[in-house]
Amino acid sequence: MLFRVIAREELKRLFGFLVSAHTVVGPVKAGRDRTGLPLYAFEEVERFEDLSLDYAMTKIPAKRFFLPYREDMAVFEMRKDDWEKKVDYNMGRPRIFFGMHPCDINALNRLDKVLMGETYPMPYYIAKRRNTVIIGIDCTPRPCCFCRSMGADTALHGFDMFLTDIGERYFAEILSDTAFTFLKKISATEPSGEDHVLYKKAAAARNERFVTHVDTTDLMKILDMEFQSDVWKQWGDKCLSCGACSNVCPTCYCYGVEETVDLKLTTARKTKMLYSCNVIDFAEVAGGHNFRPERHIRLKYRYYHKHRGFVEAYEESLCVGCGRCGESCLSGITVPEVIASIRGAL
Amino acid sequence: MNEGLIEFKPVDNKGLGRNAPSAFERTYKAEITSIHQLTPMENLYRMQLIDTAERKGFSFEPGQFVMLELPGIGEAPFSITSSPLRHGDIELCIRKAGNLTNFLSRVGRGTRVGIRGPLGAGFPMEKMHGQDILLIAGGLGLAPLRACISYAQDNRSRFNNVDIIYGAKEPSQFLFTYQYDWWRADDIGLHITVEKPDASWKGPVGMTTNILEQILSSRGSSFHENTYAIVCGPPVMFKFVCSMLTQKNLPMQKMFVSLERRMHCGMGKCCRCNVGSTYTCLKGPVFDYWTVMNLKEAI
Ligand SMILES: Cc1cc2nc3c(=O)[nH]c(=O)nc-3n(C[C@H](O)[C@H](O)[C@H](O)COP(=O)(O)OP(=O)(O)OC[C@H]3O[C@@H](n4cnc5c(N)ncnc54)[C@H](O)[C@@H]3O)c2cc1C
Ligand code: SF4
Ligand code: SF4
Ligand code: FES
Repeated sequence: MLFRVIAREELKRLFGFLVSAHTVVGPVKAGRDRTGLPLYAFEEVERFEDLSLDYAMTKIPAKRFFLPYREDMAVFEMRKDDWEKKVDYNMGRPRIFFGMHPCDINALNRLDKVLMGETYPMPYYIAKRRNTVIIGIDCTPRPCCFCRSMGADTALHGFDMFLTDIGERYFAEILSDTAFTFLKKISATEPSGEDHVLYKKAAAARNERFVTHVDTTDLMKILDMEFQSDVWKQWGDKCLSCGACSNVCPTCYCYGVEETVDLKLTTARKTKMLYSCNVIDFAEVAGGHNFRPERHIRLKYRYYHKHRGFVEAYEESLCVGCGRCGESCLSGITVPEVIASIRGAL
Repeated sequence: MNEGLIEFKPVDNKGLGRNAPSAFERTYKAEITSIHQLTPMENLYRMQLIDTAERKGFSFEPGQFVMLELPGIGEAPFSITSSPLRHGDIELCIRKAGNLTNFLSRVGRGTRVGIRGPLGAGFPMEKMHGQDILLIAGGLGLAPLRACISYAQDNRSRFNNVDIIYGAKEPSQFLFTYQYDWWRADDIGLHITVEKPDASWKGPVGMTTNILEQILSSRGSSFHENTYAIVCGPPVMFKFVCSMLTQKNLPMQKMFVSLERRMHCGMGKCCRCNVGSTYTCLKGPVFDYWTVMNLKEAI
């Protein structure tokens, strides 16, 4: 791995170069919540000053730039007795993501396994993933974060460059040739012994701030054993089936498809919309039979997919422990509490 | 403008296999060549891939399905009900259930539709060569089974006894009645039963399991050594049928069922079809009963 040290001013110059040639997306302040704390969002950014590189966490994850909530999969040109299907992957130019936290990078790495895997890789996602250059940045863990427990607190791959704030300078890990080329535009130096010390201090300080932990030991087996447990019913009774948890989750990728025709009957569209397995008709089939008619069954399924099914298939959990679902849930249902209750620890 | 810092990397759009990204929205254009009303609720649609090379190259196994698309109306999964020998000149037996299926019942011959597939895993017919097969269907479950029946007819000498046990609620709901004599002529045993007989019905009344019991008792105690079973129908039905077969010692791995789930992609991406953590569209819809028993929330 290649390391460089970049002064704050130089990072600003780098941003200037990038934004003059490409679309840049990064964290910005988007408002305040009811307690007065800032809310952050990923948006297209034009000026370095608008970036909030020390952001806490965005409400909505980076997912929407890779898996848009609504996306046309195909457009049909309708003729009298015939039609022509036109497929577009909706990504015509490269894009730069400036300032993505490790949990969001790891979320993409885990999505890659399903969406860019061997069987039926999904071109809509691939087009966006491979044409997005990612500059990661370290974070300050918040009380709801449990990424550590999910092995997602550090990003090992899936980005081009990763920045750690070590005071007046950024310590940069360079993972791709693209990022290395960027650095030729600015002055970036080899880190000194002192920089190494500062980096290790920053990392240790960050480590100490993780306060929420989830015990994942034997979780797959425990979930199987507790499949019929009454605990699920208790959580199900609280769940509103609103789907907010999936909406804000960086790794929820399930969807539904809808087709529509315009009023003149000349074009039709096939549109994909992200969905949630907590919503009532998720598993309903023709004839009206619903395979998951009750709230607790749907909620349970969401946990099984994240913490059991995905682990079985890919040897790691689909949940990266970002804590977003718990923060957004009006009923206060959080992953650490649900898992603890299934383990019998609550 | 400071051009060209990053190079655009288009998605490779070549290749047809399931590993090629372009396979994802690959749609074959097909034309409906005939529509035949089977019952007031179900029609048999014959459709032909328009491109001759694509038609010949389209090969499938009994039990596999396609996604049928009517641009602007919708897309849904349907089992192929015709013989694999007919390649891309396929038949689908479709019940009116909602948007797409009702719209389809109003279109005419010559309508152009989109076909994606064949998708999913079918019945392992070759594994069953040399054995007796029991084909047990309830209601619309006969649609996927009809592809197996065709396979058995096309390869009749490769199987010993072939028996169909088929149950419907009422006599008016039987599908493909015009083919029954033809099946029998190919030395296939056909046993049909209804739950609610009408005045004209002269055959047996009751569940498919009643007939199954009779057939099994005539086969002797070691029938399980040379028998495979294929079961298609509503979940309650295959639960009863499979537990009866299990009781009579047929190994679970010699019974196959086809599961129905909601499907929006057919390619392991939308998660709508998941049973526990298994994608019905990729690993299924056909599963052996052992696998089904081990899937959380399958039945
Ligand atoms: C592997 C498989 C094979 C099938 N084979 C056949 C067959 O051979 N013949 C046949 O008549 N039917 C078959 N079906 C069922 C068929 O897919 C549904 O009847 C069809 O989706 C209904 O579409 P619609 O637009 O008419 O209904 P909609 O108007 O979309 O909805 C009507 C009802 O169908 C349900 N539904 C909607 N979309 C789907 C979907 N994608 N999958 C399942 N249910 C859905 C809805 O929950 C609703 O209850 C099969 C289903 C599967 C999964
Ligand atoms: S956000 Fe909470 S209430 Fe809404 S579906 Fe998810 S768990 Fe249920
Ligand atoms: S399940 Fe919740 S904590 Fe886990 S990745 Fe999704 S939003 Fe984050
Ligand atoms: S139908 Fe989409 S994952 Fe199976």
